[in-house]
Amino acid sequence: MLELLKNLAAWLTSPAQWSGPEGIAARILEHLEYSVLATLAAAVIALPVGLLIGHTGRGAFLAVNLSSFGRALPTVGLVTLVFLAGGLSVWPVYVSLVALAVPVIITNTYAGMAAVDPEVKDAAKGVGLRGHQVLWQVELPLALPLIMTGVRLATVQVVATATIAAYVSFGGLGRYVFDGLAQRDLVQVLGGAALVAVLAVVADLALGGLTRLLFRGRPATAR
Amino acid sequence: MTIEWGWFPDHADEMARLTADHLATAVPAVLLGLLIALPLAVLAHRIRPLRGIILGASNILYTIPSLAFFVLLLPVTGLTRTTAIVGLTAYTLVVLVRNTVEGLDAVPVKVREASAAMGTGPLRTLLTVELPLALPVIMAGVRVATVMSISLVSVASYIGYGGLGQLFTDGFQRNFPTPVIAGVALTLLLALVADALLVTVQWLCTPWRRGTSRQRTSLRRKAA
Repeated sequence: MLELLKNLAAWLTSPAQWSGPEGIAARILEHLEYSVLATLAAAVIALPVGLLIGHTGRGAFLAVNLSSFGRALPTVGLVTLVFLAGGLSVWPVYVSLVALAVPVIITNTYAGMAAVDPEVKDAAKGVGLRGHQVLWQVELPLALPLIMTGVRLATVQVVATATIAAYVSFGGLGRYVFDGLAQRDLVQVLGGAALVAVLAVVADLALGGLTRLLFRGRPATAR
Repeated sequence: MTIEWGWFPDHADEMARLTADHLATAVPAVLLGLLIALPLAVLAHRIRPLRGIILGASNILYTIPSLAFFVLLLPVTGLTRTTAIVGLTAYTLVVLVRNTVEGLDAVPVKVREASAAMGTGPLRTLLTVELPLALPVIMAGVRVATVMSISLVSVASYIGYGGLGQLFTDGFQRNFPTPVIAGVALTLLLALVADALLVTVQWLCTPWRRGTSRQRTSLRRKAA
């Protein structure tokens, strides 16, 4: 065990391991590229849908059930399936990661919108705001903390799951995990896994910090 | 992509075996998770300073990728089912602890005081008053944890204990989509059935809540 940790530390700190197109730095960048693009694409799809469902109150049933469907859908199966259907391209990676993130963002956006006090909305209408003004100026700002929670949750899951890119022969930090598993090289496997875990935690903390920065001065209830 | 329907009847036995295998990993993980989460949640609920620590720790466990989790456990538990179960258990903790704490928090102080006024000790109040009243919110957590675990078991196929996830590896290696489709469909079905079962259990365990559908919706919204 101690020997393993020593080897792991050596693997993680060796300068040769960090440089070059197969190095850790390059793998982290690849991993981030998959994660950021997938999360952005998911947000572009999910945010309008969640806002619309929350604003109109229509399709709430869909929003609630989508989350449990999303949780139940096995990502490994999905990536394999899209890969077998579409052949060797980076599509399977993005399709599965977006499919993972979309339900999380939709449900949280909807939950945020649904949590806005109806009296506040009535008051906004009472002072003469139109529907879209109520949405942009009242509902959205109040729902933002929960929406950000959704984006944060989705990001963590996407970063954690982007290892599947390596499963369908692409890069990212999953490369170390899968190559290590194939070569029975436990140190490499553990190194890759530790790097993914650290990246996920860092992404979560960064978004958490961003959220706090955005909501400085807000009452504690609107965290 | 073509589905070979003939594959299904030929592999009924295998699918049944893998489904049983799948459940043998997911169910113990959720039960173990509950066993750990309940006392932790009670501690977090009763002793305020511990609250942040317990909730924070379970959040961090959740940030670690499932694949990484299994792999990180390898040196400790080896290539065994235990690795998969322990990894999944850690995953369920975040939902189970948070929901149980929230459920206990939602029990009105007056109810607790009334129970104490009738001479009921703290432990009995917890077991016979607080936990039953918190049950709907706790069960919401159990449902999420169960569905999540069932879906995540397939990740353990990389270390050889993935239940229905074995079908993904199988289809991938042979470039043959049918078992993959079967695996995805069975996983979804399993999650759906487990969720429905848990709803039934909750309905049976909380006879005092039947019929007040409006209250139920509002509580469920809170739980989500």
